[in-house]
Amino acid sequence: MNYLRTISAVVKKDLLHELKSREIVVSMLLFSVLTVVVFSFIFEPGSEFKNRVVGGILWMSVIFAGLLGLNKSMMSEVDGGNFSALMLAPVDRSAIFFGKAISNFLFMTIVEAITIPLFMVLYNVNIFNTGFLPLVVFFLGTYGFAILGTLFSIISVNTRTREVMLPLLLLPVMVPVILASVQALNIYVLGNDVVESYKWLKLLAVFDIIFTVVVFAVFDFIVED
Amino acid sequence: MKIQKILDIFAVLMVCVALYFAFIFAPSEKVMGAIQRIFYFHVSSAWIAFFAFFVTFVFSILFLIKQNYLFDDIAESSAEIGILFCTIVLITGPIWAKPAWGVWWTWDPRLTTTTILWFIYAGYLMLRKFIDEPDKRARFASAVGIIGFIDVPIVFFSIRWWRTIHPNVVQEGGGGLHPDMTKALLISVFAFTVLYAALLLKRTHIASLTRKIDSLEG
Repeated sequence: MNYLRTISAVVKKDLLHELKSREIVVSMLLFSVLTVVVFSFIFEPGSEFKNRVVGGILWMSVIFAGLLGLNKSMMSEVDGGNFSALMLAPVDRSAIFFGKAISNFLFMTIVEAITIPLFMVLYNVNIFNTGFLPLVVFFLGTYGFAILGTLFSIISVNTRTREVMLPLLLLPVMVPVILASVQALNIYVLGNDVVESYKWLKLLAVFDIIFTVVVFAVFDFIVED
Repeated sequence: MKIQKILDIFAVLMVCVALYFAFIFAPSEKVMGAIQRIFYFHVSSAWIAFFAFFVTFVFSILFLIKQNYLFDDIAESSAEIGILFCTIVLITGPIWAKPAWGVWWTWDPRLTTTTILWFIYAGYLMLRKFIDEPDKRARFASAVGIIGFIDVPIVFFSIRWWRTIHPNVVQEGGGGLHPDMTKALLISVFAFTVLYAALLLKRTHIASLTRKIDSLEG
């Protein structure tokens, strides 16, 4: 019970902070929409070819915006010494970690909720052609991204180069999530049989479960001081 | 000191033996000819790269449990050797692929996984360079060493579902390798393993000396 209370306290703190400053979500949102617009220059607008690549474009804009947001969210913790204070609190440290991960997840979800409809209008595609499975893809993919992204952002802001390290560490490890999400989205956009996408959904779920357990196991060890 | 010397000499000898087996003893492949001989070093390097990253994984866990900095030194040294051999794999692969497949590169699961592997551990080594405090460096690097290695099979399976054309020569039943080729391959793998052990011992020795000097200066 205490564990869940700690998580919700951290999430509440982050949401309150974000509600006052609006720095993270607004910069992420601008960036993801900008990526969507800039990517439209790589092919003839309105060509049929676009249906094969839009899934990738949408997902990459979310990933890039996520990298930006993760750095921002963790920098504000470290700069004011807030993170050290959280670590000194007499609570389970992994609860603090999952609190941070959930708030990062929520920030990304807000950004997606605005980017996806805008994207569908700008590219004239309907990713919900075959039902609401794309929401499952975004849920599982964003969770996987948030859980490892939060851990790597803690590591990254503690280096001399600060935010530079995060994409270098996170992107290669995220390959299964990126690949599975993009492949699944492509299936929905092209209107193929949704059964083909189940293996990708399973892969995302397995990734999420494995790394939730791994992070839970190692987090206490790596922030010891 | 002594064991290092013995290993060094043994590694040099074994590499010479492996060269003999790869270039003279093993028969030429019917279709590909001499170019196929790169296979012995390509596969051996791939084995060492994966093994080295596995060693990094194991010693990262051991470090987090025991907090002994020798384990961190071993993890770092092994990752460095691993990336060296991973680079060799990524260079010898295209040299063979161009005449055999007609292209330098293809997005096959093993090629792509090896590339991703390279990036994960390049990130790992960069991370180590960018953290000055030894205890922080060891703890954070261990986390990346553990997560990176667990990620590798997931990367592999995700890409395999996506596409595959890499030849499967070491499946059950030998997969069409001539017995002499198998011998040459095994000897080459053994030689590279000895070389790896010799390099690891040396590199770990250097890492612990560096740590000693840093603590004296600090």
